[in-house]
Amino acid sequence: MKPAPFEYVRPSSRAEAVAALAAHGDDGKAIAGGQSLVAAMNFRLARPAVLVDLNGALDLDYLRPEGGVLRIGALTRHAAFHRPVVEGPLGVLLARVVRNIAHYPIRQRGTFTGSLAHADPASEWCLVSRTLGAQMVIANVGGERVCAAADFFKGTFTTAIQADDLLVEARLPLMGPNWRSGFFEFSRRAGDFALAMSLAALEIEGGVIRAARLGVGGVADRPLRLEGLEGQLVGQAPSAALFAGIGEAARDLISPTEDIHASADYRRDLIRTVVKRALTQAAS
Amino acid sequence: MSWIGRSLPRLEDPSLLKGQGRFVADLAQGAAAVKFVRSPLAAGAILGIEKPDDGLVFTADDLVGVKGIRPLLHRPDYVPVSQPVLAKDRVVFCGQAVAAVVAEDQGLAEDLAEQVFVDIEPEDAVVDFAQALGEGARPVHPEAPGNVLVEGNIRTPGFDAAFASAAEVVALELRSGRQTAMPLEARGGVARFDPLTGRVTLYASVQMPHMLRTGIADVLGFPESDLRVVAPDVGGGFGQKMALFPEYVVLVWLARHLRRDVAWLEDRRENFLAAAHSRDQVFQVRGAFAADGTLLALEADLKSNVGAFSCYPVTCGVEPLMGLAELPGPYRFSEYAARSRGVTTNTCMMAPYRGVARPMLTLTMERMMDVAARRLGIDPVEIRRRNLIETFPHRSPTGLVYDEGSYGETMELAVKALDLPAFRRQQAEARSAGRYLGAGFSVFSERTGYGTPAYAARGMDIVPGYELVNLAMDPSGFVEARIGASPHGQGLKTSLAQLISDELGVLPSKVRVIAGDTDATPYGWGTFASRSMVISGGACKIAAGKVAERLKSIAAAMMHVEPEAIRLADDLAYAEATNQTVPIGEVARAAYHQSHRYPQVGPGLQEQALYDPAGTFSNACHACIVEVDVETGGVKIRRFVVAEDAGVLINPMIVDGQIHGGVAQGIANALFEELVYDEAGNLLTASLADYLPPTIAEMPSIEIEHLVTYSEATITRAKGVGEGGTIGAPAAVINAIVDALSPFGIDLFEIPATPQRIRDLIRNAERTHHV
Amino acid sequence: MSDKHAVTLNVNGKDYRIQVEPRRTLADALRDDCGLTGTHIGCEHGVCGACTVLVDDRPVRSCLMFAVQVEGARVRTVEGLAKGEELHPLQKAFWEKHGLQCGFCTPGFLMLATGILEAEPDISDEDLRDVLSSNLCRCTGYQNIIKAVCAAASEMRACQPSASL
Repeated sequence: MKPAPFEYVRPSSRAEAVAALAAHGDDGKAIAGGQSLVAAMNFRLARPAVLVDLNGALDLDYLRPEGGVLRIGALTRHAAFHRPVVEGPLGVLLARVVRNIAHYPIRQRGTFTGSLAHADPASEWCLVSRTLGAQMVIANVGGERVCAAADFFKGTFTTAIQADDLLVEARLPLMGPNWRSGFFEFSRRAGDFALAMSLAALEIEGGVIRAARLGVGGVADRPLRLEGLEGQLVGQAPSAALFAGIGEAARDLISPTEDIHASADYRRDLIRTVVKRALTQAAS
Repeated sequence: MSWIGRSLPRLEDPSLLKGQGRFVADLAQGAAAVKFVRSPLAAGAILGIEKPDDGLVFTADDLVGVKGIRPLLHRPDYVPVSQPVLAKDRVVFCGQAVAAVVAEDQGLAEDLAEQVFVDIEPEDAVVDFAQALGEGARPVHPEAPGNVLVEGNIRTPGFDAAFASAAEVVALELRSGRQTAMPLEARGGVARFDPLTGRVTLYASVQMPHMLRTGIADVLGFPESDLRVVAPDVGGGFGQKMALFPEYVVLVWLARHLRRDVAWLEDRRENFLAAAHSRDQVFQVRGAFAADGTLLALEADLKSNVGAFSCYPVTCGVEPLMGLAELPGPYRFSEYAARSRGVTTNTCMMAPYRGVARPMLTLTMERMMDVAARRLGIDPVEIRRRNLIETFPHRSPTGLVYDEGSYGETMELAVKALDLPAFRRQQAEARSAGRYLGAGFSVFSERTGYGTPAYAARGMDIVPGYELVNLAMDPSGFVEARIGASPHGQGLKTSLAQLISDELGVLPSKVRVIAGDTDATPYGWGTFASRSMVISGGACKIAAGKVAERLKSIAAAMMHVEPEAIRLADDLAYAEATNQTVPIGEVARAAYHQSHRYPQVGPGLQEQALYDPAGTFSNACHACIVEVDVETGGVKIRRFVVAEDAGVLINPMIVDGQIHGGVAQGIANALFEELVYDEAGNLLTASLADYLPPTIAEMPSIEIEHLVTYSEATITRAKGVGEGGTIGAPAAVINAIVDALSPFGIDLFEIPATPQRIRDLIRNAERTHHV
Repeated sequence: MSDKHAVTLNVNGKDYRIQVEPRRTLADALRDDCGLTGTHIGCEHGVCGACTVLVDDRPVRSCLMFAVQVEGARVRTVEGLAKGEELHPLQKAFWEKHGLQCGFCTPGFLMLATGILEAEPDISDEDLRDVLSSNLCRCTGYQNIIKAVCAAASEMRACQPSASL
C-alpha cells in the first residue's frame, strides 16, 4: 500500500500555493492535513501527479473572530477546537462537535477546511458549515470569491472547488448569547464515520425558540439543512413532544443513502433519533 | 519459594518496549520487494496474463515442477482439493495470487504489479450456503460436485426414543458472520539466499515454523535441510498464522530462482483479502427437553463455509469436525444426532481462528438453554444447573472424555459476582425509566492441550500434537530450553521459565527459552489449540526434572549425601540434613568438566523430553450486563465477569491477559466484526474503515474470578486458557441483549448483533404489537 | 518513480540526512532510511495507530505523512523514550501492568500516551480513554493498557515540578 509516484512542491505563502495549483491544473492537488488524502493515496485510489503542500504557507494559519464571523484559515487543525476558540455559543458548539471527528492523532493533523474540501458526506465540519450557513473563501490566481455553504457542497467528495482553486478560509457566523447547541452522532465505534448525525442550534428567549438551525449529516451525498423544520420550531416552547415530532418529520423528508453499515431504511429510522436528541441537548 | 503462581513481569518485554523487537519487517533490510498480483474476480477462467516488457514478473507457468498445496484427511467423506501456489487456469476467489513481481522496493513493486493484466472470463460466484448447496449449484471445484469438502455424521442408538419422549422441542437456527483474526502484524516473510550453500533462511511471521518448513520443502520438492524457517517476534496470529500459505512457497522459490534475498510484507488490504478468514457458519439444532428442563437429546445440522481451499496442514475439517464433536459442550445429555458439513465457496480460505467452532457451538447451546428456560418457565441459571456435567470423568455422546472441572461452580461464582438479585431490581427500575438493561450467561468447556490421539482420531494425514524439548544447563549454571512450540506473543517464554526454574532451583532470568527456529529447536507443532503451556510446559517439566536428577546426583556426590537428600533452590543445591550447600553453577561446571568423578551420571546436563497428553478441559462461565439503546440499536456492555477454571496458573497475570484478549475478540464477534462479500464475491470490507475491531472505548472492564480444579490430566496440572475468552463471550453478550429486550419479546440468533439488526428486530416487534 | 529529495529528519534529537522519493511516508522513512524499526506499520490507512510517533510533540500517524513534509520538525519515536537503560515511566508501567502481549501495537500506544500525558498531565480518566481509543490492540483487550497509562500518568505527575512556585 504505497502511493503512486508524485512530484512535491511546498509553497511558502498563500499566493505561491495558488500559483502552484494554477501551474499544475488538473495534475495538482492541495494537501493540508492529508488525513483522508494520504490514506486514499496509499490505497492508490487517489493519484495526484503533483502534491501542493500548504503546510509551509503560514499565512493560512489563523483562526480569529472578525466582523461577526469566525475566520478559519486553511491550516487550522481540528485539534484547535478542543477548547472553545471564541467566547459564546459557537466556541462551545465547535468543541462539542470536534470530539466526534476521527481520533486524537488525526485531529492533530487534519484541518477544518481540508474536511470541507474533501466533502465526505459523514464529515462533521461539513454538517456544521452547512447548518450554520458558513461562507467559503475560494482563491485562485484571478482573485477570490465567497461561496455559501448551500452552493458549496455538490455531492460525495464533490464541491464548488475547481481545479485551479484553493479553499483558503471558512467563515462561520458568530452566535449571540441566547443561542445553544446540541449535537448527536451515532456511529458503530468511537471515532467511526457517522451512520447519522444531527446538529441543532436554538436561540431561546423567554422559554420560546426565536430562531433555529437544524442539520443532518451522514445520510445523504452531502450535509442537509432542514430549513422547513427550522421554521416549525420557531415560536414554539421546547418540549419532548415538539422534538419527537420534528424528528419524525425529518425522517419523512429524507431519502437516505445506504452502505454496508446501514441500509437506507435503518438510516431513515436513525434520523428521527439523532434529530430528536440533538434538539433535546440544545434545549437542555 | 515456588515461581509457579507468581505474576512475574515478562522476560520478553524490555526489548519490545524499547522498540527493539525483531518482527519480520524489521529483518527485511536489503531484500528485494515482492508484490503479488491478485485476482480481481471471485471465479473465472484465466485467458491470459499480460506482463510489462521490463521487470521481474512470475506466473504459474514459471513455477515448473512446483506442486499444489494438498492437505489430506483420511476419511471417506473428505474431498481433497489442490491449491496452486499461483493460480494457473482458473481463479476461485477474489484476492487469489496470480503472479508475483519483484522490484527494488515496495513502491516500485506496486508500480510493476499495476502493469500486469490478468484476462479472466468471469463465472458466477458461489458465495453463500444457498448458492453452494442449492439445486444445480455450480461446483467451485470439479472434484467436489456438491460443494461439500468434508462431512461428519453421528447418531447415538437411543436418539429416536429419547427425542420422542420430549415435553418441549426447541428448534433454533444460529448464524455467525465471517470474521478474521486480524493480527496487528499482517503476514510476511523474508527469504535470504545463501549463495555458498544454496540454502534459504525464511524469516516468517508464523505460528508453526517446523510445519512450514515441511510444507514448503514438499511443495517445492527439495530436502527440508535446504531450508531453515525462523519465526522471530510474531505480532499476534490467533490461528491465522498456522497455515502454509502459497505466498511463502513462492517467496522461497523466488529466493532460490533469483539467488537473492526477497521480502514479502503483506499489507492490510491483502490481509483482509487473502489471509485466512473464519466463522461464517449456520447451525440448526433441535433440543428435546423434559418438562423439568432436562435436555434429553440434541439434533443438529451444522454448516461451515470453508472458503475456496482446504488449509494445510489441519485441513478444512477443523471447524466442521470440531463442531460435530464438541457441540454437547458442558451438558450431560447422552443422545445426539448430528450432521456437519464443510462447504466450499468462491471466498477466501478459512483457517482455524481462536475458539474454532466453539464460539458458535457455545452460542448455540447457550441460546438454546435460555429459550428452553423461557418456554418451560424455569430460571435460566436453574435450567443450566439441571443439565451441567457434575461427575468426572464424563464421557460425551461423541466419546470425548472430560476430566475434572467445575462447570456448576464457575456458574455459581459468576452469578454471585454479578449479584443477580440486585441486578434484577436495578433492571426493573431502569425499565420504568425507559432504559433497557439485561444480563446474560454462558457456560462452556474449552478442550485444550490434546496430543496425537485426538488428531489421529480425526483422520489427519499429518498428525500433530506432541511436543519435544531439548533442555540443557550449561557449565555456568544457565539454562537453555529449546522448544518445538513457537509463541506468537503470549508470553510463553516467561511461563516456561517459571516452570523450569521450580524444577531446577534457578532464577527465571537464568532460563533462556529458544523457540521458532528450525535450526535450533526440535521438531514441534507451534502455537494453536490452547496447547503450548500444557504440552510444551509438560515436556519442559519432564526435561527439567531429568536435568534436576543429574544435578542432584552430582551435588550429592560432592557433599557425600544421598541424592534424595538434595533440594535445589535459590541457585543452590542444599543438603539439608547436613546443612551444606553448593552453588548450582559449581555443580553444573562439575557435570561438564569433572565428569570423570561422576561416572554413574555421565557428562553434561542435557536432556530431551517428549509430552503427548490425551488432553484436558478448561471450563468457565461468562456473565455480562448490557444496556441496549432501543432507539438506535446500539449496545453498551456495562459489566463482564469471567469465572474461569484453568487448573494451576503458572503466571496468573499472563493467564488474565489471555482472558482479556480472548473476551475482546469474542465481543468483536458478538457485536462488531463482519467480513461481507457481495453476490459477485467481492469483499466489501477490505479496510479498517469497514471492518471494525473494538477499541478501548467499546471494551468493558473485565472482572476475573479463578477456581482451581486439580486435574490429573496434565502433569503440570495446568490447563489451556488461550481461547476461552473468545469462546464464551458471544453467547453471554447475546443472551444479555435478549434479556434486555425481553419486554419486546425479541430473540436474536445472528452475530454480529449490529445496531441495524437489533433495531430491525425492535421495529418488527413494535409493528407486530401495534397490529 | 519520481526524483528523490534530500531531507533532513530530526529524530530523537539526531539528524538523519536521507534521500527519498516524495511518496515515501514518514513511517517508511523512519524504518527503512533511518533504521528505526521500532515504529511499526499495521494498516497504512491511519486507523490502527501502530505507526504513531510524535511530530513537534503531537502524536500523529506516520503512515499519513510524507517524509518530505517533516523537514524542520522534531520527530520522537519509541527508540527515544528510555534514557539509556532507564525505562520511561510509561515503558515501566506497561511492563509492570502487562500492558503488552505480542508487542506490535506497543510503540504506537507508548507514543500516543506520551503525547497526551505531556500535553495534558491532568487529563481525566474518561478523556484518557477517549484518546487511547485512537489505537488498536488485538491481544490485550486494552484492560492493562489503560491500567498502565493511568499508573504512568500518576508517576509522571508526581515527577513534574510544581507549577505554583
